[in-house]
Amino acid sequence: MKTLPDTAHDPVRRDPPDLDRLRDLATQIRRDAVRMIAANASGHVGGALGAAEILAALYGHVMRSDPADPERDRFVLSNGHVCAAFYAAMARIGRLSVDELVTFRRLDSRLQGHPARVDLPDLVETSTGPLGQGFSVANGLALAARLDGRSSQVFCLVGDGEMQEGQVWEALMTAHQYRLMNVTLIIADNGLQIDGEVEHIKSLQPLADRLAAFGWDVQEIDGHDLAALVQVLEGSRTSDRPTAVIAKTIMAKGVPFMEGLAMWHGKAPTLDQARQALADIGPSAGYADFPVAGGIL
Amino acid sequence: MSPATLVPIRDAFGKALVDLGAENPDVVALTADLAEAVKVHWFAEAYPRRFFQMGIAEGDMIGTAAGLALGGKVPFATTFAVFATSLANQAVRLSVAYNRANVKIAVSHGGLTVGEDGATHQAIEDLALMRVLPGMTVVAPCDAVAARKAVFAAAAHQGPVYLRLGRVPTPILTDETTPFELGRANVMRPGDDVAIVSIGAMLELALRAAEELDRDGIEARVIDMHTLKPLDRAALDAAAAECGALVTVEEHTIVGGLGGAVAEYLAGTRPTRVEMVGIRDTFGESGTPDALLRKYGITVEAVVAAARRAIAGRDAATT
Repeated sequence: MKTLPDTAHDPVRRDPPDLDRLRDLATQIRRDAVRMIAANASGHVGGALGAAEILAALYGHVMRSDPADPERDRFVLSNGHVCAAFYAAMARIGRLSVDELVTFRRLDSRLQGHPARVDLPDLVETSTGPLGQGFSVANGLALAARLDGRSSQVFCLVGDGEMQEGQVWEALMTAHQYRLMNVTLIIADNGLQIDGEVEHIKSLQPLADRLAAFGWDVQEIDGHDLAALVQVLEGSRTSDRPTAVIAKTIMAKGVPFMEGLAMWHGKAPTLDQARQALADIGPSAGYADFPVAGGIL
Repeated sequence: MSPATLVPIRDAFGKALVDLGAENPDVVALTADLAEAVKVHWFAEAYPRRFFQMGIAEGDMIGTAAGLALGGKVPFATTFAVFATSLANQAVRLSVAYNRANVKIAVSHGGLTVGEDGATHQAIEDLALMRVLPGMTVVAPCDAVAARKAVFAAAAHQGPVYLRLGRVPTPILTDETTPFELGRANVMRPGDDVAIVSIGAMLELALRAAEELDRDGIEARVIDMHTLKPLDRAALDAAAAECGALVTVEEHTIVGGLGGAVAEYLAGTRPTRVEMVGIRDTFGESGTPDALLRKYGITVEAVVAAARRAIAGRDAATT
């Protein structure tokens, strides 16, 4: 009696995505992440920049994310270290004050170095940071939604290096065992981890084959292609299996002098480097940068 | 105390969970391939939709339970004590405790009396591991009657609970009228000469030791500290003030468990002689439960001797 009746999914998005708006949102997420990290000289810039389109697609279009809506979709940022991008997305869709972004990683801030549910209970579905943990929680959220007959889709973002954690594979089996079609796993696949290249440290390949062998509907896309992200993430709602989206990303995408370099996993740029990065990213059209004391950025 | 019938505390847990499930449709249960061992198979039969077999994957089970709790359910995640607290410790710390998720981690096989399976399966440090987590309530009921009450009390409490049960059948020491309130210890026997504070099934040893001491005219107060965290400070204040000498008894290492908790508290309030009966910073081994308890010094005689030392220490300090 492990398999429960399936919940019919309501494919909620009818309107076509406004890709220009999403692109602009991704640009601002990048600007915010760089400025948050540089202003406080602390944070993980590479993964945050690399996840900008994924977060823009999810929160800018795909997800029903009103915290007051019990039918809302859930998002679990299992690779919690890229949370600068998450906080920026929250601010830019109006769930956080934009002015709060500057407090990232400071004492007494709600914007903890890794996402803390106790500080942001409406926005952070589960605290994350130590890798390999969030995905199991996402499955639990999906089971709870199914028990209650809610149509929520649970989107869980993991890093590719994170998939070296054994619990991720336990969770892959769980979602398959319970046929959790309401779970969408997104793998931010940038090929890098702190100590270097995933392929040389502990290879995940052939990742798509492995995921398929675990019973998952596997989609491989460019993780910076907003149209593809929207289409695949939206489509995952109606798959007859749990969906794994391998989103190929470039660490620190958008900032050429950082791109693809593992050293930018957890390093904060200097103010000069941040100014260069912001010049590379360029301005957004629809958003204003948050103020930083002294106007240093 | 007359010889009592031995009742498996795990059975009481399993039956209570079924009754709780009838009362509260949000209660769900999970296990990591130990449904029958932890007696959660009755819940599975009664409420198949609300039962989740997670396979041999304890960290994933705890994480999934956290997700169920954050999604509004009241999950009881069941396995053996050593697996929940060591194998799955990261998930317990992050996804349950730090989230303040309403997960009840209900385990059997706490302590040495796991027996023949040996040191690998004997959780002798689980109470310490759970006690140090902020916001975690830590409970070990003394018998099957209390275990049933503990299940309902854990469910009524909003927040994470670690509920530790032993493997072996134990005598019934309480009845329906005995109170069971989380964080409120029960004084099971009055006395002002020494206080014996026990946790879990060790209450039986404490009561038998008190009887023995009584033959020598020593009146021992026996306190069932079924909730290790939050500790009942008032009960300890009273014992320190009125007895001035304490003995702790636990089927657990004396490092960081009941003895540690009591000593930590009294050191800062009313420094009192505390003698600890428990495992002395060593792993266990294979053997019958009784043989193990004897070898590792968790016996009525050990409690009696500890009580005499505590009294002597108190008297030496005050003269």
